[in-house]
Amino acid sequence: MILNVENINVHYGAIHALREVSFTLSKGEIVALIGANGAGKSTSLNTVSGLLHPTSGKVVYLGEDISNTSPQEIVRRGIVQVPEGRKIFAKMSVWENLEMGAYTVSDRKVVDERMESVFMRFPRLKERRNQPGGTLSGGEQQMLAIARGLMAGPKVLLLDEPSMGLAPILVEQIFDIIREINDSGTSILLVEQNALMALSIADRGYVLDTGRVVLQGIADDLLHNPFVINAYLGGETTE
Amino acid sequence: MNESVPLPIARKGSQLLKYLRPTFGVVVLLFILYRLYSVLVIRHEYGADTWTRLLITGLIIGGVYALIAIGYTLVYGILFMINFAHGEVMMLGAYAGFFVFEALKSIKVSSEPPLNFSNANPVISIIIAFAVGMTVSALSGFLLEKIAYRPLRKAPRLVPLISAIGASIFLQNAAQLLFSPQLRDVTNPEILRRGIGWKILINGSNVIIPYTGVFTFALSILLLIGLYIIVRKTKLGRAMRAVALDKKTAALMGIDVDKTISQTFLISGALAGAAGVMWGIHNGLVYYFVGFIPGIKAFTAAVLGGIGNLPGAMLGGLFLGLIESMGPAALGINFQLKDVLAFAILILVLTFRPSGLLGEVLSEEKV
Ligand SMILES: Nc1ncnc2c1ncn2[C@@H]1O[C@H](COP(=O)(O)OP(=O)(O)OP(=O)(O)O)[C@@H](O)[C@H]1O
Ligand SMILES: [Mg+2]
Repeated sequence: MILNVENINVHYGAIHALREVSFTLSKGEIVALIGANGAGKSTSLNTVSGLLHPTSGKVVYLGEDISNTSPQEIVRRGIVQVPEGRKIFAKMSVWENLEMGAYTVSDRKVVDERMESVFMRFPRLKERRNQPGGTLSGGEQQMLAIARGLMAGPKVLLLDEPSMGLAPILVEQIFDIIREINDSGTSILLVEQNALMALSIADRGYVLDTGRVVLQGIADDLLHNPFVINAYLGGETTE
Repeated sequence: MNESVPLPIARKGSQLLKYLRPTFGVVVLLFILYRLYSVLVIRHEYGADTWTRLLITGLIIGGVYALIAIGYTLVYGILFMINFAHGEVMMLGAYAGFFVFEALKSIKVSSEPPLNFSNANPVISIIIAFAVGMTVSALSGFLLEKIAYRPLRKAPRLVPLISAIGASIFLQNAAQLLFSPQLRDVTNPEILRRGIGWKILINGSNVIIPYTGVFTFALSILLLIGLYIIVRKTKLGRAMRAVALDKKTAALMGIDVDKTISQTFLISGALAGAAGVMWGIHNGLVYYFVGFIPGIKAFTAAVLGGIGNLPGAMLGGLFLGLIESMGPAALGINFQLKDVLAFAILILVLTFRPSGLLGEVLSEEKV
């Protein structure tokens, strides 16, 4: 188990956003967290990233409790989040954004190698490396956000709604990339509202509803679960 | 960074303002043009010698303003607040410089001829004065943020602003109690004696380029270049830029946001401290409210250049220094009106170009 979230409660002041939430991620897995708006998906990722700290329960990463560790330390240890809405530094060039992603990496050679491999994976970004991040299209910005995350050399990549606002063809492309990243050894925690896409590439999934985990299981099983079909797959069946 | 909006004063005007503003602008512009024409073209009141003197004065004071203005702009860029206690941070640096020179002056290295440490080792003395002054101010800025601003990080934007004004009053009064309300004369090492300098002959009259001024200006420029390199080329600079743009995302990049904010206050403080020591060396007087006027002037300079904009603060400082020294002469008004002129500029900039002369920094998108 690379990441183990145990019964966490998270509050925003008086708002109780996560109630006794538990989930796990094994090495090499893709795990999907699905749920409607406000279910607590981003809150879960932000708690793993150390931007929020649980009021009770703990987040265990590689056997160590990181519930109260700072976000920068968590990045250094290998958990990297690609935030909801991409959050590209709009005025910085593509290249500068990628450099920012490698902020924790002090070895220049490693940065250059990663830059090269990221450009191999996203040739489009290479063409546009001197262009301000804010002038990229939505799909390109999402690629840049993921590429920027890869620059830190994550063991665990947290992706918050990578398909948000993208045309279906681009969604397919992004999910192919996610699978490739996973194939090359990075464990992935994937937050999505697009439950069908998320569960189709995930190994396992958790369904969050108003701050609780209401369902969990193998991704295939969830795809055929009547509750999931009704609530998150718009009542369509997949086969 | 949706929580932050531009300076409150920079909002769009009311219906009335819409007509008033251009009229006001045209009147001001015509007045300025008329004065410039009558003074420069018709009356020829001042010769090249006077203009040179004013230019020199302007550059010297402008360099000092630029150093202080950087502090306003860096802090605004990162926290979206005006650090109104920044002038007091400079004042503490000025006192530190004063006390260092006093202490070094009292160390006798030989009695025949009478020679004290300050004159025996002037370069070392000056270096010590700046090192101590910059350290004191850097630490003051650092503590100021920790004590007066950090606990209010999540509060509405007006709250830290009021805390800053409180801190400014507190520091002035604390300095008055600790160091007495007396005006202190700064004794420079002999090589930097005030009032002496290179003489050049212009229009048959001697124009003095004071050593203190040359020193002050040169050091200001060096520090400004150093700062620019830090912000543009180092990892700390990258962290500062990322934190200024988006704190949450910066944290996700592995940047220690709190530490970066502290470092910003350390750097701002160090520059203000250098400005304080220079002020003492060049102007010769240190007192508990010595930071007040340069503080607001530098704030004006920062707004002039577009607050949050680094080159803007540097150029704004130099520009304000020049306007202040040459403006009264060019407009044919009393030299004692230089402060009025500086603040009139603040009002004009806020009225017509609230984002500053170089700035787009306050555009909705970035802030
Ligand atoms: N900064 C905040 N302050 C107060 N409440 C918050 C804050 N952020 C989120 N919440 C609340 O916490 C709950 C969970 O929000 P969260 O952003 O985790 O949902 P989500 O599942 O990511 O939704 P979405 O799909 O819309 O991104 C919501 O009720 C939300 O209103
Ligand atoms: Mg969310």
